[in-house]
Amino acid sequence: MSGSLIFLIILVAVAGWAMLAYNGLVSLRNQVQNAWRQIDVQLRRRHDLIPNLVEAVKGYMQFERDTLTQVVEARAKAVSAPDQASRMAAENQITAGLGRLLAVMENYPQLKSDQNVLKLQEELTTTENQIAFSRQAYNDSVMQLNTRIESFPTNLIASNFGFKQAEYFQGAPEDQAVPKVDLSMSGAPPRA
Amino acid sequence: MAAARTDFWELERRNRRETVILVAVFIVLFTVLGFGLDFVFHDLTIVDGTLAGFPMLTLIALGFGIFQSLLSYYGGASLVLASVQARELTVDTPQHQMVLDVVHEMALAARMPVPTAYLMNDPSPNAFATGRDPQHSVICVTQGLIDTMDREEMQGVLGHEMAHVRDYDIRTMMMIAVLVAGIAMLADFMYRSMWYTGGVGGGGERSGGSRDDDRSGGNAGALIGILVVVLAVLAPFFAQLLAMAVSRQREYLADAASVEFTRNPRALLRALERIAETESPLRNASRGTAHMFIVNPLQGARDDDEGFFANLFSTHPPLRRRIERLRAMLNEAGGEAPLAGAAATTHTPGG
Repeated sequence: MSGSLIFLIILVAVAGWAMLAYNGLVSLRNQVQNAWRQIDVQLRRRHDLIPNLVEAVKGYMQFERDTLTQVVEARAKAVSAPDQASRMAAENQITAGLGRLLAVMENYPQLKSDQNVLKLQEELTTTENQIAFSRQAYNDSVMQLNTRIESFPTNLIASNFGFKQAEYFQGAPEDQAVPKVDLSMSGAPPRA
Repeated sequence: MAAARTDFWELERRNRRETVILVAVFIVLFTVLGFGLDFVFHDLTIVDGTLAGFPMLTLIALGFGIFQSLLSYYGGASLVLASVQARELTVDTPQHQMVLDVVHEMALAARMPVPTAYLMNDPSPNAFATGRDPQHSVICVTQGLIDTMDREEMQGVLGHEMAHVRDYDIRTMMMIAVLVAGIAMLADFMYRSMWYTGGVGGGGERSGGSRDDDRSGGNAGALIGILVVVLAVLAPFFAQLLAMAVSRQREYLADAASVEFTRNPRALLRALERIAETESPLRNASRGTAHMFIVNPLQGARDDDEGFFANLFSTHPPLRRRIERLRAMLNEAGGEAPLAGAAATTHTPGG
């Protein structure tokens, strides 16, 4: 009698734990998906900003035609990318190109007196930052989900209900190697 | 980050628990004070060792305590913002746009909803966050902060405030601010009413007869009267002590979380160093709201005194200590390759 009671209590406890573990995994997975959407929103906002920025600065920056063209071409590639991998490659090119563009803009004092350019510059700067922070948040969420999926005993639940590890967002290698935009970069040879 | 996340859940739980305890203590304290007042005003007397009369003021105090708690929970943010004369930040200047953008950036980094931004028109650089939860949070900065900080430093400061939002410090701090004000108000009222009604002895005198058992009832009344005075004098003091004790450790934790968000110890380090150089107190800060700010806003409160009593009576850890800890973090991170988010702290306006 008491043996079956103990058995019942253990059964209820295990079922309760399984429920909590499952719900925990679901909420982590949603967090990862939400973080991904955040990145996507920022990337699209950047796509919308680039034509305006190029239009606004091209009159001033005739000597930076290469930088401008690179950004515009990378944007075109990103917008029409057939799959996720090639889109991300193009997005990384935009990040690198815009980083250079924002840096060389410092060499054109006339730009600082153009209110429209200043506004776009702020908008672009915060978009770049928001992309970086969303990516950081996304990777943090991925790490949490993956750790949970791998750890015992949650891994039993994860494998039985088909929870898959999420992929980290990898930035362009050069993007990670440069922690701070160096203003002297305008003199450096342009990288593809 | 998995470990940091667990810590954060623990902090949130601790804050929720502390708020409940705070409200419970507050309501009990109020009720006890009301009970004492009942004796002072002779609604209650002790006759032959039992209570006689209707505890009118006890019930009023209980009701007021509950009302004040609800008010501080739902209206606390508005009260605090009104008391420091802050207004909602609008995009009047490019600077203000930058602040709004950085608030947005730090909310993304903290994985939190975007707080509403408020502005205090004061030249002293300072900031605080308030609200009952992250969905109803407010970050308030002074014009002085906007004028002195560049984008990177602003990220450090707002990252610190975002940490208070994420960890539910804002709820605890806000309720302390409003409830402490309530206790101080009540204690003040009681203290005056005691003198008005002729003081402690009154309760004993009135019921006092020549018989022995009546005498003891009078003594009990006098004893409770004394207790009320002691409580009235000590209550604001304890409330203040509580506010100080809970906020100091939080500042270190929020500093660390700010670095977690920006992945850049230099941001907050430089911001605090810059603030350390200025010595102007905030006009609209009071003892009731001082504990909410990123650095102590009161006159002459920013000294580097250490030792038991200095620590016991200050709402903030010494700025020098905080700067030291951040510098240690910077040295630790110095050798490693920067993380993905570090690139985000570039492009400060004007270089």
